[in-house]
Amino acid sequence: MIRRTGMVLAIALFGFMFAGLVIHHVERQSLPPLGKRYVELVAHELGAANIVTGILLTYRGFDTLGEVAVLFMVAAGVGLVLNKRGRRNQGKRGVTCSPPRQASEIVRTGAQILVPLLGIFATYIILHGHLSAGGGFQGGAVLASSLVLMLFADPQQRLDQQFLSRTEAAAGVLFVLVGVAGLIFAGGFLDSRVLPLGQFGAFFSAGTIPLLSLLLGIKVGCELSVIIDRFRS
Amino acid sequence: MISTVVLTAGLTLILIGLWGILRHRNILRIIIAFSLIGTGTHIVIVAIGYVENGTAAIIDRGLSAAEAPMRAVDPIPSALTVTAIVIGLAVTAIMLAFAIRLYEAKRTLSINAFTESKG
Repeated sequence: MIRRTGMVLAIALFGFMFAGLVIHHVERQSLPPLGKRYVELVAHELGAANIVTGILLTYRGFDTLGEVAVLFMVAAGVGLVLNKRGRRNQGKRGVTCSPPRQASEIVRTGAQILVPLLGIFATYIILHGHLSAGGGFQGGAVLASSLVLMLFADPQQRLDQQFLSRTEAAAGVLFVLVGVAGLIFAGGFLDSRVLPLGQFGAFFSAGTIPLLSLLLGIKVGCELSVIIDRFRS
Repeated sequence: MISTVVLTAGLTLILIGLWGILRHRNILRIIIAFSLIGTGTHIVIVAIGYVENGTAAIIDRGLSAAEAPMRAVDPIPSALTVTAIVIGLAVTAIMLAFAIRLYEAKRTLSINAFTESKG
C-alpha cells in the first residue's frame, strides 16, 4: 500500500512538473543565435545541403567520434557480459536447448527479396547523408536491420565476427585519419574542407562529409551487427 | 501550437515509462519502460527545436539557402537527437545483456527474486 501511494505520488509530482513545462511553453518564432549561425555556416562554409549532417560530422564531429567509441564499448561490454566461459553452470540446471526451428517459407522468401533491397537502401541513405535526410547512423541501422532479417530467415547462419571487427576497426582508423587530415590541411580536427567543396547539391560535394558519412555508416553497421550477433549466441 | 502538442506527447510518454518502471516487476517490462522514457525524451528535444511554420533543415528546391535561416527549424536539437537515439540503443543493449545474465542466475525475470541488495 505504501509502495503504491509513493508511486502515485511520484508520478503525480512529475506530471505536475511536466504540466508546468507545457503550459509555459512558447513556440519559437525564430531560430536561436547558435542554430541560425549553424544554418548559415553549413550551407556557405561546408557546402552541405543537410545541415544536421554538417553539424554532426564537422562542427560536432568529435562528439560523433566519441559516440561511435561508446557503441564500440557497448559491443565489447555485451560480449563481456554474455561470454560463454563465465556461464559454466548453464548445463547443470537441466536446460536443454532444442535445435532452433526452421524459419517459415514466408520469412525465408521475404528475406531473399528484402535483404538486397535493404542493402541498396542503406547505401543510398549513407551516401546521400549530405544532400537529404539520412547519414551514417541511420544507414548503419538499416544495414544492421537487414542483418536481423537474414538471421531470422536462417538462424543457423554463422557470422564472420572477425571480418566484422576488422572492417569496423579499419573504418574507425580511416575516420580518425580523415579527421587528422583536416587538422593538417584545413581549419581543425574533422574539418571537412580538405577536399574541394564542389557544386552545392551535387553528389560529389561538401568536402569529406560523404566520405566520413560512409565510414560512419560502415562502422555503425558493423558494430550493431556484432551486438546483435552476441545476443544470439 | 504543433510543438506544444508534440511536447505534451513526449512528456506523456516519459510519464508512462516512469509508471512502467515503478509498477512492473518483470525486468523486460522495466527495460521497455526505460526505452519509452528515452523515446519521450527524444520527442521533447525535437519539440523544443521547432520554429513556428518551420521546415526540416535541409536545403533543396523547397528551401533556398538564403531563406533557410528564416524558415528552418533549429538543427541542433535534431543533431542531438540522432546522438541520443544511438546512446539509447546502447543502453538498451547493455540492459538486455544483464537481463539475460540475471535470468541465468535465478531462472526468473521478476525483480522480487533479487533481494541481495535490498536494505
